[in-house]
Amino acid sequence: MPKPLHTTSLRRRLSNWTALGLITLAALIVTVPLFLILGTVVVRGLGALNWAFLTQIPKPIGEVGGGMGNAIAGSILLLAYASLIGVPLGIGAGVFLAEYGRNKFGNVVRFTADALNGVPSVVIGMTAWALVVVPQKHFSMLAGSVALGIMMIPVISRTTEEVLLLVPQSIREAALGLGIPKWRTILSVVLRTASAGIVTSVMLAFARIAGESAPLMFTAFGNEFWSMNPGQPVASLPLQIYKYAIQPYEQAHAQAWTAAWVLISMIVATVVFFRFIVGRGAIKGVS
Amino acid sequence: MQTMPEHRPSRSSEVSDGPATTDPVLASSEKLEVVSKSRVGVRENVFADQVFRGIVVLCALAVLAIVGLIFFELVSQSHLSISKFGFKFLVKQIWDPVAEDFGALPFIYGTVVSSLLGLMIAVPLSIGTALFLTEICPRRLRAVLSLLVELLAAIPSVIYGLWGIFVLAPFLRVYVQPFLAKYFGWTGLFSGPKYGWGMLAAGFIVAIMILPIIASITREVITAVPRVQREAALALGATKWEMLRMAVLRNARPGIFGATILGLGRALGETMAVTMVIGNRPEIAKSLFAPGYTLASAIANEFTEAVGNTYLSALMEMALVLFVITLIVNALAGLLVWSVTRGMPARALA
Repeated sequence: MPKPLHTTSLRRRLSNWTALGLITLAALIVTVPLFLILGTVVVRGLGALNWAFLTQIPKPIGEVGGGMGNAIAGSILLLAYASLIGVPLGIGAGVFLAEYGRNKFGNVVRFTADALNGVPSVVIGMTAWALVVVPQKHFSMLAGSVALGIMMIPVISRTTEEVLLLVPQSIREAALGLGIPKWRTILSVVLRTASAGIVTSVMLAFARIAGESAPLMFTAFGNEFWSMNPGQPVASLPLQIYKYAIQPYEQAHAQAWTAAWVLISMIVATVVFFRFIVGRGAIKGVS
Repeated sequence: MQTMPEHRPSRSSEVSDGPATTDPVLASSEKLEVVSKSRVGVRENVFADQVFRGIVVLCALAVLAIVGLIFFELVSQSHLSISKFGFKFLVKQIWDPVAEDFGALPFIYGTVVSSLLGLMIAVPLSIGTALFLTEICPRRLRAVLSLLVELLAAIPSVIYGLWGIFVLAPFLRVYVQPFLAKYFGWTGLFSGPKYGWGMLAAGFIVAIMILPIIASITREVITAVPRVQREAALALGATKWEMLRMAVLRNARPGIFGATILGLGRALGETMAVTMVIGNRPEIAKSLFAPGYTLASAIANEFTEAVGNTYLSALMEMALVLFVITLIVNALAGLLVWSVTRGMPARALA
């Protein structure tokens, strides 16, 4: 055996191991809050979970019992209406960026979408307030949906663009070569090939807005009763968690934790459900 | 001679059935007619293509319109406050709804301090996590760990706030604050009554919330550093850490800086969780134990209760300040990240 040409000094080896150790430690520390938060939500959240919580409306402040059925329904409706606004516009803008946006105007749109993505949600809420609540003269589900829908657009468009760019150029050329017009090519070939990725982009946007409460404070506002009317104020889970958390009653705190558990479960269930559909190939054209 | 317009889809069999002619204009119009009778109509297609293009361009324009509308609404709604207080709004410490006299300095101070505190905690941890994920982590663990970090980003802000009030704040009050006061009290940063909640708690919460974004972009930037750089460093006899420091981190520095700035953008606009733990008192205090207030949390807390046009307008101007700052910060961050990951898809910004 020849002698090694080079031996690393003890000092360098020590600093190497220290640094690598610190890096590993950092990664470990980062996972701690996740487990702490999720753990607390599950442990405290399941305490007050019962059928009444899921189906009843809140009791007057300080009284025992009641639930958040109206807030759960309100959240679902808000998210549905927001998706009606955000998903088509987001996918449309994404298609533009990928298929027609390789130019200066495309860069402007790209930059603006990124800027919109960085705008604090509370500022978007204020804009929705000025646009919808002020002319309407009262808070409404519609205003809340507008705020949430706006927040979906940049996430969906930028992710959709990325996914569409992954579709091989040869597939587009093959379709065009068969005499299929460009719009059909994009709709039936490109979008279909990328459908799994687009569902993921919608899920990303959904996960982002599902827990938003700041923009709802002065748009959807909240409601103590059942309300399905888009023109009226409506309760939502995130906002209800906030309201209950800052009340001085143990009972309210317990319900806030349960609401947190329900909210997280709803987000996870939706994401997993759509992943499952995509994974099973129920949406065709998954590669 | 027959000319064939290449870009038009046509069926050769049908075209050859048509009358052959030497006149190019007549030939092409004949062909058009033949093709339009077939299943694929050229004129309809050109029209449909334009309609489709128009629709997606409209979607793209909607993005521009929304950002324009946000800016326009904020400016027009804060007009009253801008004309009444002028530039002094940004440097005054008064917040008196009754006398309708407003100054945003304590809020700007609270926003900046809580964000910087968050960055100081989050940046080293994020860089460590990114390095661990890309360079050290066994392949099998990598997917799990990166999923965990991403999950951290999926937890709603209000749940961070809930956890902050009932778990983090008591923990800080009982364990962390006495320790800090005992050993670092002389700096003046850690003195005064120990509530648990306050600026320090806000810093911790913000740190946890911006960790995932900084970590994921740093990771992307580190991945973008060419392999050759690493191999060269190792070939020269560098230890793994020396290789990371000299070849990877140095090359990725602008991008990591960009990731940090992007995290700062998130931290500045963070609303609910901060509102729930910072204490909401418009004061400028040296001690981090003291309560504070941020631009975003003031808006969230007071907007629905604001009476009087000046009050509303002052809150709108604070939103405008927040909007402009985050716009600048995000543009800067995008530029820095782009300078490193050039050519790679910009998932970072999505």
